[in-house]
Amino acid sequence: MITSSILVLFGLGFTAAVILAVASKVLYVKEDPRIAQLEDALPGVNCGGCGYAGCAGAANAVVEGKSGSNVCVIGGLDTAKAVAAVMGLEVLEAEPDLAFRDCTGGERAEQLFHYEGAGDCRAQALLYKGSKTCPEGCLGLGTCVAVCPFDAIHMGPEGLPVVDPLACRSCRKCVDACPRNVLSIVSMTERLLHQEEVNDCLAPCRQKCPGQINIPKYIELAGKGDYAGAIHTLRERNPLLLVCGRVCPRPCELDCRRAHVDEPVAINMIKRFVADWELKNNLRLEIPCARETGHKVAVIGGGPAGLSCAYFLRRLGHSPTIFESMPELGGQLRYGIPEYRLPKKDLAWEIQGILDLGIEVHTENKFGVDFTTQSLEKEGFEAFFIGLGAWASGTLRIEGEESEGVLSGTELLTGVGLNAPPEIGPKVLVVGGGNTAIDTARTSIRLGCDVTILYRRTRNEMPANMEEIEGAEDEGVKFIFLTAPTKVITDDNGCATHLECIKMKLGEPDESGRRRPNPVEGSEVRYSADTIVAAIGQKPSLSCFYSEDSDQCPIDFTRWRTVNANPDTLQTTVENVFTGGDLFSGPDLVISAVGAGRRAARSIHYLLTTGEIPVADNILRELIPYTLFKDVDGVINKDRSAMPHLCKGEHRTSTFSEVEGALSEEQLKIETERCLRCGLICYDRDIPLAEIKTTRVGEKVE
Amino acid sequence: MKEFFLLFVSAIFVNNIVLAQYLGNCPFIGTSKKISVAVGMGSAVVFVATMAASITWAVQEYLLDPLGLQYLQTLTFILVIAALVQFVEMFLKKAVPPLYKALGIFLPLITTNCAIMGIAIICQREDFTFGKTVAFSFASGLGFMMALIVLSAIREKIEISRVPKAMQGTPIALIMAGLMSLAFFAFKGMI
Repeated sequence: MITSSILVLFGLGFTAAVILAVASKVLYVKEDPRIAQLEDALPGVNCGGCGYAGCAGAANAVVEGKSGSNVCVIGGLDTAKAVAAVMGLEVLEAEPDLAFRDCTGGERAEQLFHYEGAGDCRAQALLYKGSKTCPEGCLGLGTCVAVCPFDAIHMGPEGLPVVDPLACRSCRKCVDACPRNVLSIVSMTERLLHQEEVNDCLAPCRQKCPGQINIPKYIELAGKGDYAGAIHTLRERNPLLLVCGRVCPRPCELDCRRAHVDEPVAINMIKRFVADWELKNNLRLEIPCARETGHKVAVIGGGPAGLSCAYFLRRLGHSPTIFESMPELGGQLRYGIPEYRLPKKDLAWEIQGILDLGIEVHTENKFGVDFTTQSLEKEGFEAFFIGLGAWASGTLRIEGEESEGVLSGTELLTGVGLNAPPEIGPKVLVVGGGNTAIDTARTSIRLGCDVTILYRRTRNEMPANMEEIEGAEDEGVKFIFLTAPTKVITDDNGCATHLECIKMKLGEPDESGRRRPNPVEGSEVRYSADTIVAAIGQKPSLSCFYSEDSDQCPIDFTRWRTVNANPDTLQTTVENVFTGGDLFSGPDLVISAVGAGRRAARSIHYLLTTGEIPVADNILRELIPYTLFKDVDGVINKDRSAMPHLCKGEHRTSTFSEVEGALSEEQLKIETERCLRCGLICYDRDIPLAEIKTTRVGEKVE
Repeated sequence: MKEFFLLFVSAIFVNNIVLAQYLGNCPFIGTSKKISVAVGMGSAVVFVATMAASITWAVQEYLLDPLGLQYLQTLTFILVIAALVQFVEMFLKKAVPPLYKALGIFLPLITTNCAIMGIAIICQREDFTFGKTVAFSFASGLGFMMALIVLSAIREKIEISRVPKAMQGTPIALIMAGLMSLAFFAFKGMI
């Protein structure tokens, strides 16, 4: 009995062992030896933070290429290096990824109703579509806090989750759990590449800014005294803060919610303050760049669009080279905007900061003459950004405009910019109503001339900025409205002596919404002039795209004589050629060119690294209607800071010294406090919500 | 035929391996947090239970019974099932990689699982024929899988509801399992 038992057990065990031994030989599957090595490299705590089934699962995922060297969320850089070593890679620089909350609401976003029961954001969102009135914001029930395996999130005093950057391992658990997409894991690269989407928390000013600057954030940081933080926030969208702080016509302020209470927040003055703070202290804050990718990109045109594109390409790790036809970089910033609005030394300081990131520059290299995209392609450039701007000026289209003494506004401004002003005056007539006309007039005043602006509509229809018009009036520029030129009258030498004009009358509004001027029969008048300056619109000059022996060009143009490109990606009809700035949009703002430069850099980045350019289907294209209020409740009036002027009287009209000044530190404090810290629909009230009789935001009850 | 049908229904509903026999509670609680995991584990149990019951039936019939060594049943069954699962794992890895991918990580977990062992031993106690053994073990596996999927579906819902702190996680899962078990007692009167 005992013998047979032992024999049976022994026999069974032996048979099983033999079968398994044979099977392991016969059924051997060659397994990647790296899996075992990776399992040794990983910490082996099986926390599951990476989203795979334990460390063995993570090792498999890495070998299969599903995950990168940074698979382990707790091991940090050392583990990433060990994993990379097994995979034959090298970790050069690990960008810190952090959970980021994109909601500013919290307690000040009204609750639609209180629900007792569901204590979890996901349940609340599923069952009741949430409770806050804002359709995108945080529900504040703290599911992200509960799911975080590293205790890196806690609920802040405002009812919003706060991420502890030291504890966060960017494992994405909170991102997956949040039903409102309020949380995201973002690296610097992702932040630089992000295009605003309609479900982001976008205050009206942010929606309006063509450069997509996170305005509420930089105002908040500036208000806290963290000027460096404000500058970093600005630099994620705009490398030209000194420039924009001085010349931006600030479309953002048009939609500031504060305008419904008193006056818009002086957003641009806050920008100017922090930019000037860096300049004055000569700080040159470090601008982080992603690690080198080795992709060479040619940026043709060193104006605001080109500088912005090169800057963002550099920060994304690529190697841009700027080709500029003029002796110095800056484009219209240097050769179009007069010194008294933007001092050249400040511009040079700002451009130097961009070039210091490691951008190569070739000046006095003219596109179409010294090089073409084909010749650059042979030198190893993989993609091209063409931002040549709009330098050709519109003509008056009247008799005699070829005569001596008639020139264009850009010619005059460029001449002054090159320190070789053309001979003008003493009596100057400027034709036009835009910023170029005003710049020309104010420059001529400084050159000692008697200046009159002729405009065919009235002051209200002038497209120039109101401060600029007022500045010109203050400096003694005379205006003649409702007058259009018809003929240039010359003397025997062919020099202009008079401009014959006709009076106009405003009629029905045209497509641009402005009332169309109609000539009044028999109302001709003559104005005497030594110099007539035509400042009536600029457009791109496209001749450089055509080679001498052919009139064919692979790049397509629009009927407005601009380059045709996809408005979201800025890709032209040639796959690796991108455009932006005035060459694409026609004459527009500096910040629009900067925004276009970033968009093009984003497209180039995706084209070079992945081969395709993704565009989200919910990107912000126009203002989000429900975020624009008719009135704003519960906010007490606070006066807007006045624009300080640096020079007055004679000194102002006879020199090119800068006219506008910056706020003082106290004024900045007051101005930042005026910001309502708007979200999509929430904002800071001075009066508690309970005392305001409203049901929903923007809808009053009697 | 009717006999087989009754055997099937009783194995799945009336004498459910977890809810009526209380076998295999460990994987029942451990792998019922997500439906996708529950499906993987359930299929692995169906697969292994059927194979294990069949082979142990042969061991009992042709080795233990003729030699009168029934008292070695537990020991030999453990040995046979463990070796079998190892072999099946290797075989699947080589021959049917997709199936290995789907069941892979669950196979070692159930090597000496009491549900598998229990099914094999019940088949012997009831003196089933080979055909009945296959049918019963397959149905019992299905019963386990069903209970597991139902519980995981409930737990996914519980995950987003308010549960007292002390009851969160396994405690509430055990209560749910208990309630399910009570509910399944209603099937007792069926057969």
